Amino acid sequence: MNEKYLMPLTSTDIDRIANLARLELSPPESERMLTQINGFFDLVEKMRAVDTTGLQPLAHPVACWQDVVLRLREDAVSESDDRAANQRNAPSVERGLFLVPKVIE
Amino acid sequence: MNTGKSALVHGYEVVIGFETHAQLSTRSKIFSRASTAFGAEPNTQACAVDLALPGTLPVMNKGAVERAIEFGLAVGSHIAPRSIFARKNYFYPDLPKGYQISQFEIPVVQGGQIEFFLAGERRSVRLVRAHLEEDAGKSLHEDFVGQTGIDLNRAGTPLLEIVTEPDMRSSEEAVAYAKELHKIVTWIGICDGNMQEGSFRCDANVSVRKPGAPLGTRREIKNLNSFKFMQQAIDFEVRWQIERIEDGHAIEQATVLFNPDTGETRAMRSKEDAADYRYFPDPDLPPLVIADEWVQRVRDAMTELPRVMAQRFQADYGLTEYDATVLTQSRTMAAYFEAAAKASGQPKLASNWIMGELARRLNAGEIDIAESPANAQQLAQLIVRIVDGTISNNAAKQVLDALWSREGSDVDQLIEAKGLKQLNDTGALDRIIDGVLAANPKNVEEYRGGNSKALNALVGQIMKASQGKANPQQVNELLRKKMG
Amino acid sequence: MSTSTDLHDLGVAELAEQLRARKVSAVETAQHFLARARANAGLGAFLDFNEEATLAQARSADAALAAGTPGAALLGVPVAHKDIFVTRDFAATAGSKMLDGYRSPFDATVVARLAEQGAVTLGKLNCDEFAMGSANENSAFGPVKNPWDQTRVPGGSSGGSAAAVAARLVPAATGTDTGGSIRQPASFCGITGIKPTYGRASRYGMVAFASSLDQAGPLARSAEDCALLLSAMCGPDLDRDSTSLDVPAENFARTLDDSLAGLRIGVPAEFFGEGLDADVRAAVDAALKEYEKLGAKLVPITLPRTELSIPVYYVIAPAEASSNLSRFDGVKFGHRAGQYSDLIDMYKKTRSQGFGDEVKRRIMIGTYVLSHGYYDAYYLQAQKIRRMIADDFQLAFKQCDLIAGPVAPTVAWKLGDKSDDPLASYLADIFTLPASLAGLPGMSIPVGFGAGNMPVGMQLIANYLQESRLLNAAHRLQQASDWHLAKPEGF
Repeated sequence: MNEKYLMPLTSTDIDRIANLARLELSPPESERMLTQINGFFDLVEKMRAVDTTGLQPLAHPVACWQDVVLRLREDAVSESDDRAANQRNAPSVERGLFLVPKVIE
Repeated sequence: MNTGKSALVHGYEVVIGFETHAQLSTRSKIFSRASTAFGAEPNTQACAVDLALPGTLPVMNKGAVERAIEFGLAVGSHIAPRSIFARKNYFYPDLPKGYQISQFEIPVVQGGQIEFFLAGERRSVRLVRAHLEEDAGKSLHEDFVGQTGIDLNRAGTPLLEIVTEPDMRSSEEAVAYAKELHKIVTWIGICDGNMQEGSFRCDANVSVRKPGAPLGTRREIKNLNSFKFMQQAIDFEVRWQIERIEDGHAIEQATVLFNPDTGETRAMRSKEDAADYRYFPDPDLPPLVIADEWVQRVRDAMTELPRVMAQRFQADYGLTEYDATVLTQSRTMAAYFEAAAKASGQPKLASNWIMGELARRLNAGEIDIAESPANAQQLAQLIVRIVDGTISNNAAKQVLDALWSREGSDVDQLIEAKGLKQLNDTGALDRIIDGVLAANPKNVEEYRGGNSKALNALVGQIMKASQGKANPQQVNELLRKKMG
Repeated sequence: MSTSTDLHDLGVAELAEQLRARKVSAVETAQHFLARARANAGLGAFLDFNEEATLAQARSADAALAAGTPGAALLGVPVAHKDIFVTRDFAATAGSKMLDGYRSPFDATVVARLAEQGAVTLGKLNCDEFAMGSANENSAFGPVKNPWDQTRVPGGSSGGSAAAVAARLVPAATGTDTGGSIRQPASFCGITGIKPTYGRASRYGMVAFASSLDQAGPLARSAEDCALLLSAMCGPDLDRDSTSLDVPAENFARTLDDSLAGLRIGVPAEFFGEGLDADVRAAVDAALKEYEKLGAKLVPITLPRTELSIPVYYVIAPAEASSNLSRFDGVKFGHRAGQYSDLIDMYKKTRSQGFGDEVKRRIMIGTYVLSHGYYDAYYLQAQKIRRMIADDFQLAFKQCDLIAGPVAPTVAWKLGDKSDDPLASYLADIFTLPASLAGLPGMSIPVGFGAGNMPVGMQLIANYLQESRLLNAAHRLQQASDWHLAKPEGF
């Protein structure tokens, strides 16, 4: 599983990731990002080499010390209409709806 | 596993799997305390958490979990003692956080099956899983020029996503499955099943293959919210795929939408990286733990399931499998039947009247049996009066009409008021029969000569002479005795 | 009646006392600190004021003080909040253009809790954008300068908080710590700061960076002051934060004066290796000797995966951040690009304009390590090593009660030195990251000066829920020394 050799990133990877993250990078930005991220991943390779067979991931830090479980709340409504306050920061609102460029399916 | 066979279409086997999103009937949302009520003004039921305002966090609704457990028990699945919520990351305007909180590797409900009848044959569709997730908001495309309006009232409504194995082999089977699933979720009360309001939405994964060949590439028809459209859409899609294959084209995986106006399915604009959702366990939500005691409590409190009730109706009331299935199509109908059967002591008659006269009137008025102007007690009383000979079947129908139009509410009073009592006095009946026989010697001769139809004319005359009040059974008996 | 020029030399505890004794009013106090803050705008510490709101709070405090209302421990004490906390009456930018002008309809729980104790909000403090940074050079609203040497960084991401407290523009401030963002700036600015156990303080209202790491905490000029603030900030928030620990609120000041006799202080070999500058080592060693004088025993321990904490953290934190920042899409709030051709273009331009370079970098890294085919090798692997790191600490705590070491390998560097080399910045987090990954409480206390006469901080780490022990050890050291009393010139 950890044996897979992961090549350093290419600019195609940078483009794909930027698209996934809805970021737009100029060509010099893209190039800089490529160098910096590849540099970073040299550091990460050490981590990949560690044998973690049989270990459970630690998603919630305190879980290694006490069992952390999801709390459940009663099914009750206690939020009322606060549309004006909630939409105060909206870039574009009409008739109570948030407006965005038309979505084509 | 399916034992039934479905017909091939132009020599191709159709393979269908379903993903159904059922909105759970909680009062508040799955991760926030805003209301889930339908029909509010846009964004008046979208609180800070629903809008993903900076600094907001999710808190889990116990009612959503309880309903998932109820569903799991109803379909015989395994309830995971520990399940994980994961983020499904993608950008869309109706998805405020830019990710949907769902369940990925470890869902709350695992396995199970849905059983139903198709053309008299028993079928079974296996479930892979059912998991909890949040609904997205709504996009309104029509109301604005060049723009789309986003209403986040629906964002955060709890959903149970129910996924099947690709066990279905025809559009009829798929629709029958969907109807049975719809019945189950509404029966146990976890979903209101209102398809027009979007409470129950189906996606159909459809592919075709030559028998024995590996599975073909599937296309997903999204958001089918009517059983009629479901069948049309699948049929069209199947024909479309077969045509493409026959023309030498490969089927490409795609998400398609059904257009009810044209009756066609059409691929949505391709979403290039749509498949990379970068699932990871949501760090804001620790694992959901469901203790055995909870599952047991839910199991103990669960309402009798339709299939179990139907079997009980067959055993206790001597109904046929078909009739029992029809009468358990909804909680309200089953309750009505049982009340009427018990009050009248005549389960078979109750069943006939409900499935016949009552059903006709309910369908015509497009109302549910719960809104029937004639309640179970009244129907029971009607049946009692038929059986004890007070009124004939025909007269009973008239009483039912009167109840339906709310002319009155007491069966006996209506019988009295309309003078519908049968003539049960055998003496008087005797005299009438004698009179009619005397007046119709030809019919008598014909009957004695072997023409049994001649009896009907005599019966008709007797009924007329008695102003419809003669008990037809008695008339028949007496007539036969007299004529030999 | 104290002369108002002494006000800013008072710690929180003393100020609270003076306010209670009606020797000075809350309004006077607020005005005094507002004037100082405005006069020292050159530090870049503050991002927003709302004088009306501040004075209204001060007047309420004065009314409560006059009525002798018991229970509110911080009545009338000015506190400033890192701009990562959303506030109704002040801007909440998280140091980003993306939220320039954003006004939250609710207050962060931590802000509300401090207000319940009578604290008066002085203003909002500058920070690295979305808490991502170690020098406060990543703010969209300009860098913050270290009051000890304004050509140097104050540390980050709570650079504004640390600088404001060090320059005595406010007696205490809130900060957040994800990988060291309270401890490191406290160290660089010669003040005291504490990050509690993960889950002790509510994250509701903290603009999320890395959900499984973010924690709120106070910065002040003494352990005693930190104890007062931390007691107010911590406590279950079960209704709003599912990661909030269901552990009762505590008075962390109760055991401040306990004796340290027999206290076992673990000294990890990995924290004193080659990468540690000599001047920092000297200051920390001197402080450790003081602890021995106070009766503590030093125990050599090992935290073998210290170095691994860097890649582990820098895989997990950006992954979570990349997802947390997806909500910034120009649809419901925040910046939206002025021109775009369609929806996807709107998203891309909005996010590219709204986010700075470091944020974009971390979003890219995070998106990559979660993406299809890489999840197991990177994210999952990192979370597994995280468990190993947490287990290492538990092993260590079998042999000691507290762990001590440096906060950072060096003193504060010059502005611009690392701004083009993000990797160098990541490497400097080596000592603070392990406790963050394990969710353990950690503190930074000033222990003297190093190169360039810059402050050096010592880090103390305790086991889960043992903040009292940390504060007690810090307090006893501060009673026996005067490093924490030093003031930067000119303020």
